[in-house]
Amino acid sequence: MPETEKTHAELAVKIEAMHKWYGQFHVLKNINLQVRRGERIVICGPSGSGKSTMIRCINRLEEHQQGDIIVDGVELTNDLKNIETIRKEVGMVFQHFNLFPHLTVLENCTLAPIWVRKSPKAEAVATAMEYLERVQIPEQAHKFPGQLSGGQQQRVAIARSLCMNPRIMLFDEPTSALDPEMIKEVLDVMVELAQEGMTMLCVTHEMGFAKTVANRVIFMDEGEIIEENSPDQFFDHPEHERTKLFLSQILSH
Amino acid sequence: MSAPQYAPGKHPDLPAPSTLAGPLAWVRANLLSSPSNITLTLLSLWFLWSVIPGALNWFFFDAVYSGENRAACRAAGEGACWAFIGEYLKLFTYGFYPEESRWRVNLAFVLMWLALVPILFDRVPHRKYGLYYAAAFPFIAGWLLVGGLGLAPVTTDKFGGIMLTLVVGVTGIAFSLPIGILLALGRSSKLTIIRVFCVGFIEFIRGVPLITLLFVASTMLSYFLPPGTNFDLLLRVLIMVTLFASGYMAEVIRGGLQAIPSGQTEAADALGLKYWQAMRLIVLPQALKISIPGIVNTFIGLYKDTTLVIIIGLYDPLGIGRAALANTSWIGLSTEVYIFVAIFFFVSCFAMSRYSLYLEDKLETGHKR
Amino acid sequence: MSEAAHAAMARRNPLARLWNDKESRQVIIQIISFVLIFAFFFMMVRNAVINLEAIGKDISLKFLWQPSSYDINQSLIEYSSRSSHFRAMIVGILNTLLVAVFGIALATILGFLLGISRLSKNWIINKMAYVYIEYVRNVPVLLHILLVHGMIINLLPLPRASLTIGDGAFLNNRGFFVPKPDFEPLFLAVAALFLGGVAFAFWFRKYARMVQDQSGKHYPVFWICLAAVAGVPLLAYFVLGAPITWEIPELQGFNYKGGMVLRPEFIALWLALSIYTAAFIGEIVRAGISAVDWGQNEAASALGITRGRTLHLVVIPQALRIIVPPLTSQYLNLTKNSSLAIAIGYMDIVATIGGISLNQTGREMECMALVLALYLVFSLLISAFMNWYNRRIKLVER
Repeated sequence: MPETEKTHAELAVKIEAMHKWYGQFHVLKNINLQVRRGERIVICGPSGSGKSTMIRCINRLEEHQQGDIIVDGVELTNDLKNIETIRKEVGMVFQHFNLFPHLTVLENCTLAPIWVRKSPKAEAVATAMEYLERVQIPEQAHKFPGQLSGGQQQRVAIARSLCMNPRIMLFDEPTSALDPEMIKEVLDVMVELAQEGMTMLCVTHEMGFAKTVANRVIFMDEGEIIEENSPDQFFDHPEHERTKLFLSQILSH
Repeated sequence: MSAPQYAPGKHPDLPAPSTLAGPLAWVRANLLSSPSNITLTLLSLWFLWSVIPGALNWFFFDAVYSGENRAACRAAGEGACWAFIGEYLKLFTYGFYPEESRWRVNLAFVLMWLALVPILFDRVPHRKYGLYYAAAFPFIAGWLLVGGLGLAPVTTDKFGGIMLTLVVGVTGIAFSLPIGILLALGRSSKLTIIRVFCVGFIEFIRGVPLITLLFVASTMLSYFLPPGTNFDLLLRVLIMVTLFASGYMAEVIRGGLQAIPSGQTEAADALGLKYWQAMRLIVLPQALKISIPGIVNTFIGLYKDTTLVIIIGLYDPLGIGRAALANTSWIGLSTEVYIFVAIFFFVSCFAMSRYSLYLEDKLETGHKR
Repeated sequence: MSEAAHAAMARRNPLARLWNDKESRQVIIQIISFVLIFAFFFMMVRNAVINLEAIGKDISLKFLWQPSSYDINQSLIEYSSRSSHFRAMIVGILNTLLVAVFGIALATILGFLLGISRLSKNWIINKMAYVYIEYVRNVPVLLHILLVHGMIINLLPLPRASLTIGDGAFLNNRGFFVPKPDFEPLFLAVAALFLGGVAFAFWFRKYARMVQDQSGKHYPVFWICLAAVAGVPLLAYFVLGAPITWEIPELQGFNYKGGMVLRPEFIALWLALSIYTAAFIGEIVRAGISAVDWGQNEAASALGITRGRTLHLVVIPQALRIIVPPLTSQYLNLTKNSSLAIAIGYMDIVATIGGISLNQTGREMECMALVLALYLVFSLLISAFMNWYNRRIKLVER
């Protein structure tokens, strides 16, 4: 259970009483969440439960209307400077990769370091190659995204985020657009990242991943956080009826 | 926070804050979302304020609707002079078609709508017979308008006005589609000579302006006909307009053909269908369905292009308008005349493009998975 | 039909065998179609020869070097009624190109503004652009040309009551009269600075790129280049005491004399073609930009790239690939539509060689062939460019 009053140094993300609407539709209801540094959180729930929307609020791809979101000690408001600062520190990986198709893999990785961090090109290239090696596709550096398989593209997307040296990584269903045989190669990269102590918030239905990696599992339904627990507790002794129903549905196949 | 606490999963849907929904939120989001947005709103409101009242006054409130001639109009009011319309309305509609035979034009017009019904809507009873009738319609209409076989003959130089636009438009539309299909099939054919001929023809047609082709029709086409034959200008124009439109039609349909996966032809081959059977039963229906929006756009283009016939001396509504301007009573009213004709074209083309959008929507849902 | 039946039929009739063999059937169809096409053209040519002989005409281009004996009121090169038909044709080509180039420039600017307005969050701007596009697209271009021309002729005042713009430009129903620049020697210095500025801008872009690659430092390239190309020469122009004298048009008798004039025909054609084509370009731009997946914007935002940079680095490069091919074909359409000039008496290709020259010499065949050939050359050039561009920018896919 969340402990009271953490210092900013220990808290990576703090969400308090956050509400969000799309038009008249109440998508996120009274979200409270604290993420400590180095913590790895898996968020699951049925589709339309607001889980993607919630993590997209953390780097302000979506605006919230009530409550506070504090990331890395910076409060998210309409202040563009704050948003820029936070986006530099928060990496994000998307369901559909969203690589830039007109740039090579290497250029995808160096674009933000060059234009946002203002690194010299040689440095940016070196960093990019380092991360491409870590996701095990340095040989694809000069190909275009369209020439890669889905799994490779997602690994490039992870490398692209890492090139900005983020302190927090958000994963928005990173494996749900992939063919089954490619899921593992992406999960492997994510597990490795977790072992290095990266703060991660991950929306996924990969329960194996949740069991091995997560510190906490969060279950969301209809815009609310229903249950929040350690993986063992969550999978073996779910407290809430809806959690049980959900688990029975996704574990049955 | 003094917000009420709810058990997990029991939080009710709350109404959005007024900043997010309702008319005020709409205004804020769509008109005043940022300083630049506010500036744009003010500028465009100022623009509309300075243009619209004046335009409305000119168009309606200060306009003059009756009068002998331009001078009388000008004396009566500041705005537009619509008086010429009364005098020219018959010409705008029928051209110089003989008064006593105009019922034939009206009948052809009604028959045209009857022919359109089975084409436009796919849930008409007995659609198949309707389509046969639609295919026969151009010939029926041709007989009605030109006469012969019991009807008093009317020479084509009497054709004019909206009626001429429809004659050229409908002929072009009716014949360019089949020719365009043949050209598109020829262009994707394996037979070299046929392919080269079709490519050459299509590229030539698309490479030159329609007006030059109409000039060819009016000045030099007769040289290429057997000595002693001569056929009338309207027919030559119809041929050129049809050929012109079919060049564009062919490219639209080729796009549709290319979108059909080769598995379809292979499947047809595997079933033992012959080339024409495969095309007619399998490939073309799909290709045409995909290219419908493009086809309708080509129709709209063709319909607008019918105005070009005035340059070689035929009198479509624009030509009648120019003739009205040449009349000393109405000289100088070009704005009124052209705007009147523009409204006619706008209404018909806008209707066609709406229909095309409706079809696109329908096709989209048909393809959704 | 069973195999056996096939075989039986083939044995009976060698012709049927040929017809049933796939390869030979293709050959037969090709031969037949070739003969038909050839016969068709042969008949046409034969008819033409007989018809021409009957009225005692031959086919020759010699008439091109005879004096044209008609005047052209707007010409980029020296031309008088004593010049040859050939020269008249050149004048026509140049006039077509002139209106095409100006039209393309204005249509592109207007079109991009319209496209961006259609994507604007501002509801009024968005709807205004929508109304403009729908009105303009659904009215024939010839009507636009005639309407604008008619408005210039009938609604603008007579020269005596001209609308004065600034102190030296006059707008009336005879055209738009603007001062004509007369360059003093010192102006050369300004011109040299301008050329130097352009060269500097090219060099500086490369240099800035290099510095950025090496140290990561960003220069405001656009502003520095703008200063070099426009700012410095402009400053020099005023420092040197404005070394251009303007020949201001003056009212003499019924019209203005001196200065430069844009004739009503040119203005009408230029504006109408631009207005018309801009509507189509607007739709192309809107479609092109909205075809770029929204995820691209999100990915760039998530990386911390600012809105402006995202447009420049991510959205525009992708949108251009979609926009340029239909855009070039709009340019081609504009060029072809400029042939409607003849309706208002602007002397382009069709009006010169295909119009007056044709009527005066009676050489329909030769004149029309020349006109068609010229337009085909324009089209081929533009589509060659388009193919080259498409190949260059094609996204590499698996």
